[in-house]
Amino acid sequence: MSEISVEISGLKKSFGSLDVLKGIDVTVNRGDVVCIIGPSGSGKSTLLRCVNLLEEPNAGKIVVNGVELTDPDVDIDRARTKIGMVFQSFNLFAHLNVLANLTVAQRKVLKRSEKEAQEIALRNLDRVGLKEKANSMPAQLSGGQQQRVAIARALSMDPDVMLFDEPTSALDPELVGDVLGVMRQLADEGMTMLVVTHEMQFAREVADKVIFMDGGYIVEEGPAADVIGNPQEPRTQEFLARVLDPTHHGPSDPV
Amino acid sequence: MALSKRKRAEYFRYSQYTLLAVIAVVIAFLADWEQIRTAFFNFKTMGEMFPNVITIALKNTLIYTALGFAFGLALGLVLALMKLSSIAPYRWIATVYIEFFRGIPALLVFIGLAFGVPLAFQIQFDIYSTVMLALGIVGAAYMAETIRAGIQAVPKGQVEAARSLGMSQGRAMITIVIPQAFRIILPPLTNELILLTKDSSLIYIIGLARDQYELTKFGRETLSRSPSLTPILVVGLCYLIITLPLGYLSRYLERRSGGKKVSVL
Repeated sequence: MSEISVEISGLKKSFGSLDVLKGIDVTVNRGDVVCIIGPSGSGKSTLLRCVNLLEEPNAGKIVVNGVELTDPDVDIDRARTKIGMVFQSFNLFAHLNVLANLTVAQRKVLKRSEKEAQEIALRNLDRVGLKEKANSMPAQLSGGQQQRVAIARALSMDPDVMLFDEPTSALDPELVGDVLGVMRQLADEGMTMLVVTHEMQFAREVADKVIFMDGGYIVEEGPAADVIGNPQEPRTQEFLARVLDPTHHGPSDPV
Repeated sequence: MALSKRKRAEYFRYSQYTLLAVIAVVIAFLADWEQIRTAFFNFKTMGEMFPNVITIALKNTLIYTALGFAFGLALGLVLALMKLSSIAPYRWIATVYIEFFRGIPALLVFIGLAFGVPLAFQIQFDIYSTVMLALGIVGAAYMAETIRAGIQAVPKGQVEAARSLGMSQGRAMITIVIPQAFRIILPPLTNELILLTKDSSLIYIIGLARDQYELTKFGRETLSRSPSLTPILVVGLCYLIITLPLGYLSRYLERRSGGKKVSVL
């Protein structure tokens, strides 16, 4: 399992005068789960959104499965079909029912037949445990169900890599488990995953590698047991202490 | 004895009703009902207007409006997309178009198309083309702004999800954004249809054959041979047959969409 799936080098991104990413290098091996943690504003979502070029990097190189996405001549639409993305706010197509949400891109982008697209869609709905919701509209589903449909939608394109942008942050606490369960199952099946999350338990149990980001830099990275269990950098220690044991700390010091 | 606040409000309400009743009674007594009847309710004239007022005039009004609305909607969509384009000259052209045709009376467009264009370009439009172009050109200017607002009201995440599934910008627009935008703007578009129904009367400026009459022209024509204003009343009611259900439909759609308001300007 040493084949490289995602390789990011020297990635820089700024919004106007605000530098969000200040030189990021990340390597994700095929079949690995990499969790990105860090405080809000640290640039972790921007990093993830650069991987499928939803944000255009200012500098650096991004290679996914041997295709350099930062090459100006790359067919980005084609490349994106191999990179699944799951959003914090689900973003299911509100005017289409669940089945159509899963088939529309298969039909229009991959040019699959209606029959084939539906078979694949139903198989993936079954994977996330929502086969019986195929004819529901997104608005009729709970947040947790919507997010699982969104995962099934991304899977229906047969991606090589899946990107998760805080997939459980908009969910009621009791619905988080359903989504994390589906993600864990995906990881067990060998999907390559890049996950921005605040779920430390998930990161600790599922991630092959954890990256801690702050202020546009990677502060610390390594196996989950090291970064979460025994962090070396003071900034990581401080962040984890606040996240894992929030009631035993005073307000943060003024910067 | 001082009245309580509640009692005072009650008496005030009663006095309003009494006042309205008195005004109604006074009008009823003062009005010369016989004269009003002969002015507006000449049953003989009414009888003569049927069935042509329905089979010709109402039918033509519906056809002219539908043609104008269809063309206006298509042109309005193009203008809305131009207005949102990243290519600056497209935006300029759309803006100039919208400001120009929103700012002049629709009648001028009818005159221009019926008399100006044939003179300048040696093209003679038939009646259907003229009304479709004229109503469409004016309607498009209004609808473009509505459609643009609808497109912008579709959450950005919808486009991001579509793009992340490999759809191109254009494909995402056609398959994901525009269908949702039209759901949002259905109520204001219905209002636009009502306005066009009334504007279709402006076609009178062109000479029409008898079987091309729409409601207003039909009413005026009948009026010239009639001793009373009855024809005007009849065609007015015919307009209401079209516009009242549309108004009701518009409010129903607005309620169903959860009262989501789209700012047009």
